Amino acid sequence: MKVTRLMIVAVGGQGNLLAAKVLGEAALVAGCPFRMSEIHGMAQRGGVVESAIVFGDAGSSLISNGEADILAGFEPLETLRAMGKCNKNTTVITSTAPLPPFAAAVGQVAYPDPGQLEKLIGDKVGSLTAFDAAALAREAGNVMAVNMVILGALAATNLLPVSPEVIRETIRTRTNRNFAETNLKAFDAGFRQK
Amino acid sequence: MHKLLTDEPGKKMLLLGNEAIARGAIEAGVAVAAAYPGTPSSEISLNFFQMSRESDLYFEYSVNEKVSLEVAAAAANTGVRAMCVMKHVGMNVAADALMTLAYVGVRGGLVILVADDPFMFSSQNEQDSRYYAKLAGLPMLEPSTIEEAREMTIQAFELSEQLEEPVILRTTTRINHSTAVVSLGAIRPAKTRGDFTRNPMRYVTVPAVSRQLHVRLLANLDKAMGIAEQSAFNFAQGSGSWGIICNGVSYNYASDAVRDLDLEGRARILRLGFYNPMPEKLIKDFLRACDRVLVIEEGEPVLEEAIKALAQEEGLMLPIRGKGKDLFSRLFEFDPAMVREKIARYFDVQGVAVSHPDLSDLPPLPPRPPTLCAGCSHRATFHAVKKAVEGTDVIYPTDIGCYTLGMLPPLGVADFLICMGSSTGTAAGFSRTLDKKVIAFCGDSTFFHSAMAGLVNAVFNNHNFTLVILDNGTTAMTGHQPHPGVDMEKLGLSGYGRIDIKEVVEALGVACVREIQPYKLKKSIETLKEAFAHKGVSVVIAREICTLYGKSLKLPQMKPFYVSDRCRNHRDCIDKLGCPAFYIKEGRVAIDPDRCTGCAVCAQVCPENAILPVKERAAKGDV
Repeated sequence: MKVTRLMIVAVGGQGNLLAAKVLGEAALVAGCPFRMSEIHGMAQRGGVVESAIVFGDAGSSLISNGEADILAGFEPLETLRAMGKCNKNTTVITSTAPLPPFAAAVGQVAYPDPGQLEKLIGDKVGSLTAFDAAALAREAGNVMAVNMVILGALAATNLLPVSPEVIRETIRTRTNRNFAETNLKAFDAGFRQK
Repeated sequence: MHKLLTDEPGKKMLLLGNEAIARGAIEAGVAVAAAYPGTPSSEISLNFFQMSRESDLYFEYSVNEKVSLEVAAAAANTGVRAMCVMKHVGMNVAADALMTLAYVGVRGGLVILVADDPFMFSSQNEQDSRYYAKLAGLPMLEPSTIEEAREMTIQAFELSEQLEEPVILRTTTRINHSTAVVSLGAIRPAKTRGDFTRNPMRYVTVPAVSRQLHVRLLANLDKAMGIAEQSAFNFAQGSGSWGIICNGVSYNYASDAVRDLDLEGRARILRLGFYNPMPEKLIKDFLRACDRVLVIEEGEPVLEEAIKALAQEEGLMLPIRGKGKDLFSRLFEFDPAMVREKIARYFDVQGVAVSHPDLSDLPPLPPRPPTLCAGCSHRATFHAVKKAVEGTDVIYPTDIGCYTLGMLPPLGVADFLICMGSSTGTAAGFSRTLDKKVIAFCGDSTFFHSAMAGLVNAVFNNHNFTLVILDNGTTAMTGHQPHPGVDMEKLGLSGYGRIDIKEVVEALGVACVREIQPYKLKKSIETLKEAFAHKGVSVVIAREICTLYGKSLKLPQMKPFYVSDRCRNHRDCIDKLGCPAFYIKEGRVAIDPDRCTGCAVCAQVCPENAILPVKERAAKGDV
């Protein structure tokens, strides 16, 4: 089976690991081989959280530089930081809503201008879909659902070996029951971004 | 029911590597497990802790790794199955017990899980634990996949009983923190009661006994080698005269590379999953079939050196390489493309072209280091300490925990750190050779783990420093595990004792013991000054519950604060505290009410008294 490598990057607390888990559960349902690796050291202390998900017939659960087929960023600075994972064919999906690290939030260092994302990323990769996932999550009823919005946009690429319906169903059955409805709304909002 | 207790053989489940290992132990009928938490192993013990509350499993968070191994070793010597879990550096703490336990052996299976951390994602070094297996003379197994981690845990118990020796199961972060689908096996009911027949000639390691036991250990190692020769965990695949020998996650990278480089038919792979003792015959046979061999292993050249020695014994002259300038490094972790590139270079074949984007036009990207949480009481304590010693020349030996993050600006209160518990011992050394005030920091869990011994030493040897114990009521860094100072009743758990740190410190004979509530800055500074002025050993205990932990316990939360019009933009709050709840909006300081915990420390630092509590928590989420 063809290998598809998906890199998800986020700031601690944005729900990266839940998004990866949903994709893993969906792949399990769909009978698609996959493995994933995560780095969540000190996630709760505001650090970066990375998930590498490898679908298909590969043994590795890591994604080397230049080898991501898809890069999904929950935050624009983290998307830029992970650009080394991309190549000229990579599909990039990113939220444009900044979560500046402390030094940038208090003006000690500059935060890259989110308005420049298209220019900085666009012509280096296969395609770029950039939108304010935080706003869509808020509209869906939960500002914490950025992860579900991005999952929706990911599902819409048709690049994943798991169908949008299976991912949707996994969100319905495998995420916290109290948030399942808003999660699905957020997913659908992301899905329409393509 | 805990998901890892699901009794449905054949069911497929998405499991984290650490969950797969815990599940393997449950399937093997583990009766006793003990651990001190340490990333990347922490989820194994967390799952044991959770499962022990709804099964026959006895689990304890031991005070440190040495004690946890002793607990597990004794249980295993009554004939029940036992497991002990630690991160790589924990093995250093447990090593004293380990070395002689190898002589004594076990009756029930004992599996010691050691989780290495190449690249040091969350560790102070990247030592290679494989040397411990060699040093102790114990069998070592290492999985390459999550599914194998479950299977190998079960087999490790079997092997341990077969050899009557503890078995070390070694993982790296990419096994512990990777996730894949695992098929559950049947759960063997745990035998929870043991027996013990007095036999001092086997169990009491006086010299005369140990001389015999060392003979026993070496005989066991020979037996283990025979098993390793036949083990399904050591297997060869592929054909051709080029050889690749690898272990752990490197096997995944190597087998992907052989496929991607189209080397099938030209290169064969020997995967070693049971490599102490080394299966000598298997390796020699493999070498004989090759004219060139590349050894792929993260960390130290453990396999490589052993394999070269075996080749020498056999008079085989083929090139065998592994670590080296143009090949693999002993530093950090490997990745698939890097392994592929080294294989291509070594065997002189065309590599895979990867188009790396030109990122030279990217602006500087601000780093996102982990920081102390908004409202963390450590920040308040650190600020109070700095105020109390203003104008004094100070050195701050520190210790391992969240408070190590105090090294970052603007706090900058960490000058020396080597290992768990080193705060007190190193403080003593500094106090003997420097004309500086020595102020050491350690956390509550770290105090019990090993910093306490250094404090006893300091009292006895009459050293001169102040130890500030940052008591936030939990083992925060690794995910809020309990420790001997925690009131377990508050967690709804009965049957535990509780040790009060202040009573311990007083009982140790520390003449000057003080307590502070770090959120009360002025009072804290005064109290700290008293303790700092004391000649000899003084201890200050800063008590305030971890904010993250408090939230998870659903303790009542305080109202957030906001910056009022009185602000004159001195920015002392930002420059002195650096709390991540602050941000700048249109040139003015503001506080994110979703992150502010209402600790009010900044309100006490503000020279204009401009920071005030929010009356109603309105406009939540929209700032």
